[in-house]
Amino acid sequence: MGEEKVYPTEPLRCWSKAKELRFKYYKDYVEAKEKGGIRWSGSAWAFNAIPSGLGEDVYSVTGEPYGATSTYFENFSLQCLEAAEKAGIARDLCGYLRNYWGGLLLDKFIMPDGTILDKWPVADFLFSSHVCCSHAKWYQHAGELEGGIPLQAIDVSVGPYPNIPDREGALRYIVQQMNESIEMMQEVTGRDYSDELLIEAIKNECRSFSLWAEICTYNKNIPAPLDEKTMYSLYVLTTLNPQRKEVADFYHELRDEVRDRAERGIAAVAQERYRVITDSQPPWAALQVFRHMEKEYGAVSVGSWYTFGLMGAFDEESDGTIVPFPPPQDRGLSLKTREEALQAYADYRLRNWGWRIFQSVDERLRITNQLVDQWKVDALISHLNKGCEGTSIGILEARLDLLKRNVPVLTFEGNMADTRDFDLERTLARIDTFLDGVGLKKLTSQ
Amino acid sequence: MNQKFQDWVDKRHDYAREWKERTGGKVVGYLCTYAPAEIFYAADILPVRILGGHKPSSLVEPHIYGSMFCPFCRDCLSQGLEGKYDYLDGIMIAQSCLHIRQTFWSWEKHIPMDYSYYLYMPHSTQSNGRYAYLHGELVRFKKSLEDWIGREITPEDLDRGIEICNTNRQLLKQAYDFRKKEAPPITGLEALEVALASQLTDKREHSQALEELIAELPERNLDRETGTRLMIVGSEDDDREFFEMVEQRLSLPATLVIEEHCTGSRDFWNQVVPQEDRLMAISARYIDRPSCPSKDWPARQRFDHIAALVKDYGVEGAIVMQQKFCDPHELDIPALTKFFEEELNIPTYFLEFDITVPAGQFAVRVEAFLETMVDLF
Repeated sequence: MGEEKVYPTEPLRCWSKAKELRFKYYKDYVEAKEKGGIRWSGSAWAFNAIPSGLGEDVYSVTGEPYGATSTYFENFSLQCLEAAEKAGIARDLCGYLRNYWGGLLLDKFIMPDGTILDKWPVADFLFSSHVCCSHAKWYQHAGELEGGIPLQAIDVSVGPYPNIPDREGALRYIVQQMNESIEMMQEVTGRDYSDELLIEAIKNECRSFSLWAEICTYNKNIPAPLDEKTMYSLYVLTTLNPQRKEVADFYHELRDEVRDRAERGIAAVAQERYRVITDSQPPWAALQVFRHMEKEYGAVSVGSWYTFGLMGAFDEESDGTIVPFPPPQDRGLSLKTREEALQAYADYRLRNWGWRIFQSVDERLRITNQLVDQWKVDALISHLNKGCEGTSIGILEARLDLLKRNVPVLTFEGNMADTRDFDLERTLARIDTFLDGVGLKKLTSQ
Repeated sequence: MNQKFQDWVDKRHDYAREWKERTGGKVVGYLCTYAPAEIFYAADILPVRILGGHKPSSLVEPHIYGSMFCPFCRDCLSQGLEGKYDYLDGIMIAQSCLHIRQTFWSWEKHIPMDYSYYLYMPHSTQSNGRYAYLHGELVRFKKSLEDWIGREITPEDLDRGIEICNTNRQLLKQAYDFRKKEAPPITGLEALEVALASQLTDKREHSQALEELIAELPERNLDRETGTRLMIVGSEDDDREFFEMVEQRLSLPATLVIEEHCTGSRDFWNQVVPQEDRLMAISARYIDRPSCPSKDWPARQRFDHIAALVKDYGVEGAIVMQQKFCDPHELDIPALTKFFEEELNIPTYFLEFDITVPAGQFAVRVEAFLETMVDLF
């Protein structure tokens, strides 16, 4: 436990820009057809750069962040969830998916400011990656609900890359599927495909992911320049349109700001004295849990494998130190042709922590331990998230592994995208008991 | 005449122990039917499917979160933690759903084995590169087995493995053909036990017993009313009590004439078609087999297979079942139910299974479903 001192804090200068970009993303998607543009929908883990070869007027809405946005507006979310249940959709399926399918069934779409549109903006095509049980199946059924929208999904379940025996075979398999996806997109839209736009989008996307990873590494600093609740509002652009230049440029600006905060000792939380990481997505409609820990105990969540590595690109030095993985263009790789670009893109994206963790519990344990050690973490707060089977696999083995090292672990049950599965008061009580148990006194009682 | 298969299922652990003693061979437990049995047989290893014990256990609680992961995957791990599979020399999984891979991981961590292997079975079974990718995975799996057993697996060994599995599959389909008859000489429960036993025993012995069964079937008269011809479609299902209840304990007659799940027909429906490259032939067999829903995208090929079964087996009603929390099937069920009712004009009834079957409740519900399909008065 750190010394009890008060660190200087400052508001984030980039904050409002992140909000503006997020709103513009949804607005662009909704209005795309008015400008003759193309719309696609699919997983946040899709290879976002690939549709960009169809033109500069291609806009997406990615399902998971959309589901999280929907959840935040509890009344709307409940309408969606109940519409899904009435249609025979199981209540224990992915929470994001049920919000998304429910919106489709109601033919209603929600914007980030809570405005509800009376028409679901139908996509021209659906595009996803597939690594958990749900992703391709999500958009398969969405396409049916939308009246027969074509789907292409890329299977990325080739093992915890790069720690697999046959990287070349895996890359060949992925690149082949990428090329099939391009064919489908051309066929559906009737447009020519620009390799130049594709390559530009790949460079931007990788730049976004690498910069986000770098931003996360500054949280190794004591005090942490960012708290995890704030990070949720910042990382989200990597799940929306990381392939856009304005997004990559935003992360450049944010990186500079966070680096500056770390160098000057600017804290996210002035009274930081206990550092935790979390596991799995949070209950999106109850993020006040984080502020409770900060205000009452000076306990700061400095991140998680999820917030860092859902999209952030990390590498490891020989001693195990986690560092950002540079984008291909910064590693001297040639990206002049479609094949070169897709190969480099696949190699870069397959390193995703989430994809690795979904396919190897050892990766989950190793990464969790590295986070604890390198981010100077005192405890793990683990969300047993009924809304996402993917981020929940191996979660109890991670708990056991940390307990063996005498790292305290708190679990609480909930659901990232279904408020009916989450009990705020009970969770706060558990957190209080846990933090009291590790020896923290409430700041307000001192 | 079905006693042998029933005994094999009931006493599967005794069988495997006895097999080891008799042959001196190794036994490997596998966790999903995408595991390539041909390669195990080529290596003279007995592959046995790991199944649950159908009883609650607290041993699994610290390892797999119980409020969202399927009871089957938890039950399998529980059996391992209880030591029921202490005769296994190794464990293997061919990647399928997220649920069962946790069983593998926790097994690997907490139940020491000489050998363990995770095969990255592709999820895409419709893309162009699927055969080549799985071929590469099979090459590595074969090499891993060779390193473990200390000898090369030759093309002749693979031919033998393919022959053993193909013969067994062909015989299973022959036996299943009898279920198409107006008065099937084999019940759904018996057929399930035959199919289950093929996943638990040496397929050579199983094939011998199956040949004897097939020889007897033409003359067999069950002296029971067939009643409504039901299909069961869904998740892993080895709940024999449920089959027995539907066929023997209801006031309305019914027969489960076909099932579409991985403890039944989905496991053995297609053969390895010989190719010079044996592993490519095996790859094609597993890619082209009737899909688990988790691998059935972007097109819904599984539904065409189900439609063919409905037609061939004269199905009049379908019980759509899923293991609780089974995401792959939950994801298919809304569209599948619509398909049955709107495209096939077959009524459906949904049941959610846990490791223990609430036989009384299910009896009432299935009976009510049957009533909707028959003229009672």
